[in-house]
Order: sequence, then C-alpha cells, then structure tokens
Amino acid sequence: MPVYHLTVNGEKRTVESTDPEQPILYILRNDLSLTGAKYGCGLGQCGACSVLVEGDVIRSCQLTINQASGKKITTLEGLSQGDTLHPVQAAFVTEQAAQCGYCTNGMVMNAVALLAHQPKPTQDDVKQALVNNLCRCGTHDRIIRAVLRASGKVLP
Amino acid sequence: MRHNQNHLHINRRDILRAGSGLLIAFASGVATAQQKNTPQIAPGKTLKADEVDGYLDIKQDVSVIVYCGKVDLGTGLRIAIPQMVAEELGVSLQSITLIEGDTALTPDQGPTAGSSGIMRGGVQIRQAAATAREALITLAATQLEKQREELVVENGRVMTMARDKSVTFASLLEGKPFSLKIDEKVRLKNPSSYTIVGKPLPRPDITAKVTGKHPYMHDVKIDSMLHARVIRPGAIGASILSIDDASIAGLKDVRIVRIKNFVAVVSSNEWTAIRAAKLLKIQWSDPASLTGHDKVKTWMQTSFADNSNAAGKETLIKKGESGKALSDSKTVLSATYYWPLQSHASMGPSCGIADVTKDSATIWSASQATHRLRGVCARILNLPTEKVRVIYRDGSGCYGTNGHDDVCADAALISQAISQPVRVQWSREDELGWDPKGPPQLLEMRGSVDENGKLAVWETDMWLPKATASLPNIPLLGPDAAGISQPQGLSTGLITQNAHPPYAHPHLNVTVHWLKDSPLRPSNIRAPGKIANSFAVESFIDELAASAKRDPLAFRLEGLADPRGRAVCEKVAELMGWQSRPSPVNSGHQGRGFSYVHYKFNETYVAIGMDVRIDRKTGSIHVQRIVCAHDCGLIINPDATRQQIEGNILQTLSRTLIEETTFDRSKVTSIDWQSYPLLTFPEVPELIIHLLDQPHQPPLGAGEAACAAVPGALANAIYDACGARLRTVPFTKERVKMALEKGSA
Repeated sequence: MPVYHLTVNGEKRTVESTDPEQPILYILRNDLSLTGAKYGCGLGQCGACSVLVEGDVIRSCQLTINQASGKKITTLEGLSQGDTLHPVQAAFVTEQAAQCGYCTNGMVMNAVALLAHQPKPTQDDVKQALVNNLCRCGTHDRIIRAVLRASGKVLP
Repeated sequence: MRHNQNHLHINRRDILRAGSGLLIAFASGVATAQQKNTPQIAPGKTLKADEVDGYLDIKQDVSVIVYCGKVDLGTGLRIAIPQMVAEELGVSLQSITLIEGDTALTPDQGPTAGSSGIMRGGVQIRQAAATAREALITLAATQLEKQREELVVENGRVMTMARDKSVTFASLLEGKPFSLKIDEKVRLKNPSSYTIVGKPLPRPDITAKVTGKHPYMHDVKIDSMLHARVIRPGAIGASILSIDDASIAGLKDVRIVRIKNFVAVVSSNEWTAIRAAKLLKIQWSDPASLTGHDKVKTWMQTSFADNSNAAGKETLIKKGESGKALSDSKTVLSATYYWPLQSHASMGPSCGIADVTKDSATIWSASQATHRLRGVCARILNLPTEKVRVIYRDGSGCYGTNGHDDVCADAALISQAISQPVRVQWSREDELGWDPKGPPQLLEMRGSVDENGKLAVWETDMWLPKATASLPNIPLLGPDAAGISQPQGLSTGLITQNAHPPYAHPHLNVTVHWLKDSPLRPSNIRAPGKIANSFAVESFIDELAASAKRDPLAFRLEGLADPRGRAVCEKVAELMGWQSRPSPVNSGHQGRGFSYVHYKFNETYVAIGMDVRIDRKTGSIHVQRIVCAHDCGLIINPDATRQQIEGNILQTLSRTLIEETTFDRSKVTSIDWQSYPLLTFPEVPELIIHLLDQPHQPPLGAGEAACAAVPGALANAIYDACGARLRTVPFTKERVKMALEKGSA
C-alpha cells in the first residue's frame, strides 16, 4: 500500500492509503485518532473539518492525502500545550461559545488563522472571516465575542 | 444489597474532569466480548422512574451518581441537572457524576423534546433528591439522637445546626439503596436559600469541545467495527430494478448488503465505503409521487376540499359567535400565512453504531429518545426489548427528530445481516435529503376591530397534516426499505398550539382542517407548529392594529391581563425605547416590529422586538437588533438559559429568512448548504436578552419558546419599515420585492 509522510501536531507520522485521493479528514480521524476535525458536508461548504496546513486554514475534506504529503498539519488537538489552552480555545471557554459543539473545531481553527494574519480584527472582520463557517445551534454571537476576546479586546 | 459497581460499565477513561470541577461520565464505549454476554440491564440497578434509586446512587466515598433519562443535546442540561441535585440533596457539584440516556442505567423519562429537560426531567430528579434528603435526615435523627428539625444537610453530611455533630450520607446508608418511592409532595428547599441553583456556572463539556477531546457519537470506535454507507433510493418510494455489482469490482474490501430495497456497502475502511457508495450502480424505479415544493401551499387546501387528502375538520376552540360577529362587522380583515417544509439541518450528518449478536444488541446513538429507540430497535431486530441496550453519545445538535433514529436502524439492520459491529455515517445529502421534515402549515385568519379600536372577533383556520394517534415512533427509512413491518403514520409534534391571540377576544373560533398525508415524511422540529402559528397570529394582530391605526404594542397590552406576559412586553418596549405610533412608519426602509408569545399558553413568556432595514432595490433584509425579554420561571443556570435563547432566536431567524426544503416530483433537491443555506455570520444582528427570574415559580423550558416570537417580530418590522406584508416563509429577496410591488407576498 502506498505510504505517505506527514507532520501532524509537530510529530512525524507515516500513513498508508490505497487511494491517493483519500481526503486527509479520514486519515486524521480514523488512522491517527485525531477526531477534533469533524465531517460536516464533505463538500467544503461548512468548515467543520478545518485544519491548519503550513499555517493556512484548509478544509480537510477537500485536501487529498497526496496533496497533504510532506506538509505540516495542525489539528484542534495540537493547539493546546498539555493543560494549557491556546488563547482562542481559552476565549471560547470563557465565552462558553459552544452548544452542541460540532462546528466548534472549524470556528476555532479559522479564528486561529485569522488572528495570525490580523491580530486586531474588528467585529466585522471576524464576521467576514467566518462567513463560510456554518453553525446551526445559533452560537454565532458568542463565537464572535470569543474571537474578539482572544484578540485582546476588552469585552463587557 | 448494594449493586456491584463493576456492572455499571462506567469507563473511567471516559470521565472528563471539566472546568467547573464537575464530573461527567459516559457508560463504557468499548464493546468487549464480555459485555456482549452480559445482560443488557446492570444487575441490581433499578430503572424505575418513580423510585429514588432510579436516579441516585450515593457511593461510599460520598460521590453521587445521577442517572438521567434525558440527555444534553448541546443545551446545558449537563450542568443544570447536577445543579438541581446538588442544591436539593445537599452535596457539592464536584461530587456528582451524571450519566445520561443509557437505557441500561437510566430510567425512561421520555424523549428530550418539547423543552421538557428541566421542566419535567429535572423536576422529577429534584423530587428524587429531596425525597432522598428527607430520608437521610430521618436516619440521622435516630443516629444522632436529635429531632429532625434540628438537622441540616451540607456537603454530603447531615449535621446539627450548631455543626457540633454530623454524619455522612454514605455511613447512614451503610451501602444499602434507598428503596423508596419518590414523594411527589416532598418538601422542597426554599429558593431564597439557594446557593447553587441560579448561578451562571460554566458547562462541564465546553473545554473538551474546544480541544477536540469531547467524545461525540461520530468519534466512537468499537472493536472490529466496520464502516457502512446506505444507498438511498433515487426517488422517494422507489424500488430496485437492478444492481450492477461489477461497478465496484475495482474496489477491494467491500461487500454489498441488500435486504429487499435496502442497500448498503460495508468496508473496514471508511473512505472505501464512501467510494463504493458513489460507484455502485443501481437502477431505481421512479414513482414520481410527490407534489413538488412549489405546489404544497395550494395542494393543502385543494386536497382537503376535493376530499382526496381530508382527514376531518375539527373545531379546537369556540367562544362566542365569531361567524355572526364577523358578518355584523363593518370591516373584516383576512389573510393567509404559509410555513414551508424545513430540515433540522444538523451540522453533522447522523451517525450510529450497532453491535447485533444472535440474542442481543448494543446501539450507540445520539438520539433524543434513546429509551424509545430501544423498543424500536428491538422490534426491527426481532429481539426482546430487555436484550437491547442503547448508549447515548452526544451528536450534532438535532432540534427534534432528525436522522439520528434512522441511522441507528440502518446500522442495526446491517450489523444483524453480517454479525459484526457496524458504524453508519450519513452524508450531507442523506441528512438534508432524508431527515424527516418539519411539516408545512397553512393558516387563514379573519378578524375585526370594533369602533373603539379593540380586537372584536378572531377566526383561525389551519390546514395541517394529522399526527397518527399512539404512533410509537416515526416510521424509519431502513426497515421500510427492507420490508420489515413497522407501525405507519405521521409524526409531527403538537402543531396546533398558539394558533389564536393571547389577547382578549370576545368572539373566537379556531378550526383545523386535518390532512391525511404530508408531502414528505414529517417529524417534530424545534417548537413544533408554534413558530408558524405564532407567526400568523402575531402578524395578523399587527395587521388589525394597523387597520385601526393603533400602536401595535398598545393594541396588544390592552387585551393582555397576565402580569407575567405584560412584564416581558413592557421590558422589551423599555429596552427598545418603543415610541407609541401606528405602523407603518413610512420611512421606506427602517422599521421596528414586536411579537409576544405565551408558549403553549401555559409555559414560558417571551416578547421580542426587532429593528430592521430594508434595501428596496435588492429586497434584502438587514436585521440590526433583536431585543428579547424571557420569563421561564425559576432559572437554574442563567448563562445556559441565555445561550438557549440566543440559539432559538438565530436559528429561527435563519428558518424565517432563508430556509425551505425544495423537492420535485421524485425527491428532495435541497441537499447541500448551497441549496439549503443557513444564516451566516455577517447576517447576525446585535442581541439583547433580558431574563426575568421567578425564583418562586416552577422552572419552565427555555429550549423552544423564544423561537415562536421571532418570525412575527420580523414580519412586523418589515411592514413597519416599508408597508410590505410578508405572509410566506422564507422571506427571500424576491418575496420582499414582490411584496413591495403588490403590498404583500
């Protein structure tokens, strides 16, 4: 079976796939037991499967193992250092910014990518950055607050 | 005898230590050979819903396991229930472990539906905790040689008021169960002395949810589990004409499971199963039996009138002589409102796992009704109910009966066929295409205002699919396709409530025209029926107020006597800076709207006000601000309550502005997020939510009520802004433009 080499959350990993077109979402979830990224649509429309590839936020349902080969991938699990949460994760906890939480992975990963490029976004910037991330529970307002909080904005 | 803890299947690896220090636990997620041979009910653990031991188990180390038949659907029950128990029993929150929905461990408290999690489920467990506390005080009185009145409970101990003598709960019980019926008249703690209930404590699962460690249904792995995809028919009601097995001959490690018209592909590799499902060529018949979504509104009335789909006419409420009063009125207003079919549209398509052996089955499910599903699976599998165990795992939010029950039936059928544990994951297309849908609703209103400008007469005529009496569950897709007989009929939830105004009305009539069938398989969707009914009622009240040139809020308040109802309305008016004037304002683009609901006429009170801006050229609606005042009685956790209200509002805003399930003659055509779009971040308005706490009133639900006040407030704000009356959901740009042109749409 063809073998692929990846760096996932700082660790070198070797995975096998009979199909070079297999999206890395399934590799992460099933082969590497990293289930933070969620299957939401398989169409790149909802954002639930987002991961960081070389620092850019990518829909893992749309990235094949062949394309991902040799790349550095960070998943939701790789953001925190032991018990120390990433500032975005900590802000999500402070704002209690999840209901069912199924979309949360995508929200956190997109927020991390946004703040890396734009450390002090406005509320409209946050809304635009998350325009392609869907949430069905209606947690949007808290997610916006969490991202602003993570950027250091003082919230009432 | 106390039961053996080892039989409880509590897997300590699965216990999460959460932010608030509260422990949450899930019963064992790993099926072992040993478990397959163990009975499906833990020995010694009563499941009786009327017994204290059904819900509470006080361990020797003074930790408390709470067994809850209702589940946390992302709603905050996981913090609220422990808060209620800790408060009433006199233990710390940290000492509580909550187990939800596992049919082998928890009493059947009914589905987690109808906003009943706290109102019924929590109240039942609170009574169990209070009964337990009183029993412990009685035991302590004997042991400490004190009067009961001299004793208090605190932190898992009964102690004298002077705190000079105390005894732990565990030592009072000496390892024995309570063996007590729940006392429904038990003395409850005075809310004035609450220290845990009413606090905005953080939910215990959020940290795990933001770090990827929360164990969702979709993440469960079982030893030797296979992955399956079910191939749904090319058309609703279709049968298989032919299957071309050779079409997947190029794939290794795949097998086809076929039971009549039920087809699945199974593989040890999930991606292989997905590929096989895409590649497998099946020729289906096409019964082309559907009406098409664009014809439903007309069809509801015509199919009743020509008797092809009529299931009787029923007068639900009659007060005074509305017919005569209307014919005596100088001006009669009438209007027709329509709410379309909608999907639950869960972010995660449904997922289920089944491990079916010759004589037993274990199902892992995110169902909102695990206990009901247990009986359903037993029937499908032809097993005794006591041999089936359903273990709950959090899914993606479901907001009613989505595909969660269907997918478990799929998994059960496949697992039984191949004698191996099977995980079935629905696709996006499966979920939006095949989840049971919120049914369509059509309402025709007539009414008049008297010479003093007061509401005089009101008539509601509804056209609704008729729910089948005593239907044990919604007919599931898998068994239907596999030719396994199951009770047939319609499931809708209670969809006739809130169909008349909560304001004084001398003459009133509410009639429903029942329809035998619904265009697509219906089920309960959040706040069933009440959203459409309240939309029509609160829109039509505004139409009547406008016809009388009255301020719409004053028009409502004049007929509203209930002080709790008045309080929420007045609070919204205060927070919005409501100026008394009739609608429309005729600014042409900027307006405000109001809506009020007393949910089911006996539960939560909600008022909502909205500010909107209309772009007359494009027809787009910009909701700027939503103000909500909410009275759900005693509030257990204000932050979790607030979050439920935010969710109710934004989800219903999405349903009102954008959502409609579309279908042609054969099948659903809104099957991804482009054809079934949801509200996006840039469309999210400012939210102002005010909670009116009523510590001395019973706790009511917060999971649904606010939904019902959303569409009316929006329609009224649009009318106020530009004089266009929207009576058909969704409020698309095209509809806004049509209403601007013709006055209504």
